[in-house]
Amino acid sequence: MHRVTSYIVRRLAGAVPLLLGISVISFAILKAVPGGPLAAYEANPNVTPEDIARLERVFGLDQPVHVQYLSWLGKLLGGDWGYSFATSQPVLAMIGQRLPNTVYLMGTVYLVTLCIAIPIGVLAATRQYSVFDHLVTGGTFMAYSMPPFWLGLLLIIVFGLQLRWFPLGGMTAPGATAFDLVDRLRHLVLPVTTLAMFGTAHYVRYLRASMLETIGQDYVRTARAKGLAERVVVLRHALKNASIPLVTVAALDLPELFVGALVTEQIFGWPGMGRLFWDAATRSDYPVLMGILSVSAALIVLANLAADVLYGYLDPRIRYS
Amino acid sequence: MPERGQLRLALERFLDHRLAVASAGVLALLVLAAAAAPLLSPYDPERTNLLLIFEPPSVAHPMGTDSLGRDLGTRILYGGRVSLTIGVLVVTVAISIGVLVGGIAGYYGRAADAILMRVVDMMYAFPRLFLLILFAVLFGGKLLTVVAVLGALSWMTTARLVRATFLSVKHREYVEAAHCVGARDREIVLRHILPNSMAPIIVAATLGVAGAILAESTLSFLGLGVQPPTPTWGNLLKDAQTDMAAAPWTAVFPGLAIFLAVVSVNFIGDGLRDALDPRHVTRAGR
Repeated sequence: MHRVTSYIVRRLAGAVPLLLGISVISFAILKAVPGGPLAAYEANPNVTPEDIARLERVFGLDQPVHVQYLSWLGKLLGGDWGYSFATSQPVLAMIGQRLPNTVYLMGTVYLVTLCIAIPIGVLAATRQYSVFDHLVTGGTFMAYSMPPFWLGLLLIIVFGLQLRWFPLGGMTAPGATAFDLVDRLRHLVLPVTTLAMFGTAHYVRYLRASMLETIGQDYVRTARAKGLAERVVVLRHALKNASIPLVTVAALDLPELFVGALVTEQIFGWPGMGRLFWDAATRSDYPVLMGILSVSAALIVLANLAADVLYGYLDPRIRYS
Repeated sequence: MPERGQLRLALERFLDHRLAVASAGVLALLVLAAAAAPLLSPYDPERTNLLLIFEPPSVAHPMGTDSLGRDLGTRILYGGRVSLTIGVLVVTVAISIGVLVGGIAGYYGRAADAILMRVVDMMYAFPRLFLLILFAVLFGGKLLTVVAVLGALSWMTTARLVRATFLSVKHREYVEAAHCVGARDREIVLRHILPNSMAPIIVAATLGVAGAILAESTLSFLGLGVQPPTPTWGNLLKDAQTDMAAAPWTAVFPGLAIFLAVVSVNFIGDGLRDALDPRHVTRAGR
């Protein structure tokens, strides 16, 4: 276990400079964008240069850059992420409002993806070169070549407009106050299908390749020679080891839970993080944009770290070496 | 000459992949159609005709017309020019940067490698679409800007690939021999290491085109990127978002074009990967 601990510590140590680098880049972008916090005042003809200078001192903008960076970083870590240019609300509060909706959507997508991809991947691998396998391979190819926004529009046209089975967008029916499960599910179907397509295709291909490689290994042959039932061989021995790479890939996708899918949220009018980023982008609302960007980058770094640690723990070659 | 033999072998292996070959045909058709747009279509892609708004597909307009009476098929052909060109340009930029960065990191190792790979890690940390949108908002939506921004966000995969290849090839005997003979770094890289690293670069480039076409379509779909009235496949879909209730064909056909282009490029890339990997044995046993 000592090996694993030192592995984790090394990974953690590597992540810290990365996070610092990200914060520096974020700060640099924040400084580079036009229309800083005093833009509104500068545009006002009644505000004199002395007033602006005074405001600069108040906001600490006359300090040298590295001091500004450090104070910005301190505020960031303390939870003060600035205020939106557009709505004057605290950025953190705005993000907090939208985040649960994105997690709700992406969490469902995640679950659906895993539940569909694992059985299909295993089946395709155990029936290599069969009709099913060829269908799966071809199908996944096409699924991840499909532009997600096209798929979303097509689904809306067919199932929303023509067949009227599902609503055209939104998370709940407008004006609904009580929690209605059926209504929620109906609103989930189209966006989840759109988003799950790409992820499922990806995971199926990954798992299939991983399973094929594992099944070819000696220990699987031994298990078969021992006379174990095929299902036991596949599920208990092959799948357990083949799923390690998949677990790490799935861990790497965890930030998606929070970042969401911007384009799909926009198409379906889903009130989530992606949509918040988009709305802020159209209004040049840089504090919100930078808040979301920084938090996403940090999450990605942490997810990479978690995936590394998980891999180090699961892979017996590292654990027991 | 052994080099010609390898290429021949790779070509034969590629031709074994019927799907890849078919896709190459489809892609060639798409490219030719886009390039020959003025010859194929009698219509002007930007001329509006308010009498023909939202005409469903017919003999005169095989893909129907859009909200301003413009022939959709024509706009898709001309849009293909923009989308496909951007795809290729972006990949050129990305591969150039990637080979440079990856090559330096892989060949010189140690400090250069550590620093450059840290930069790659940092670039990977930011969500690509968010950065894309941010830069598009900051720098405007002209063609060159879009290409530059997309290229600048796509070089990292190539860099890692090239670095890995360089690291492994660096220690082969023929490189050592070249060192002993007194060849300079630049010669060694250009004559020995790079040619042997071409296979993964080619595959990455091909798959990169698919990614670039998708990325440009996404940007245009959001209204950043190339602006109307110049058609690109992405902004045709953007118009479709508002028009699709009245005219579903405006959503079907541009997306279909993107899909066909991306699928064929992906199949070709897959075929190339199998063809160029000398260790891969196809079922024909070659």
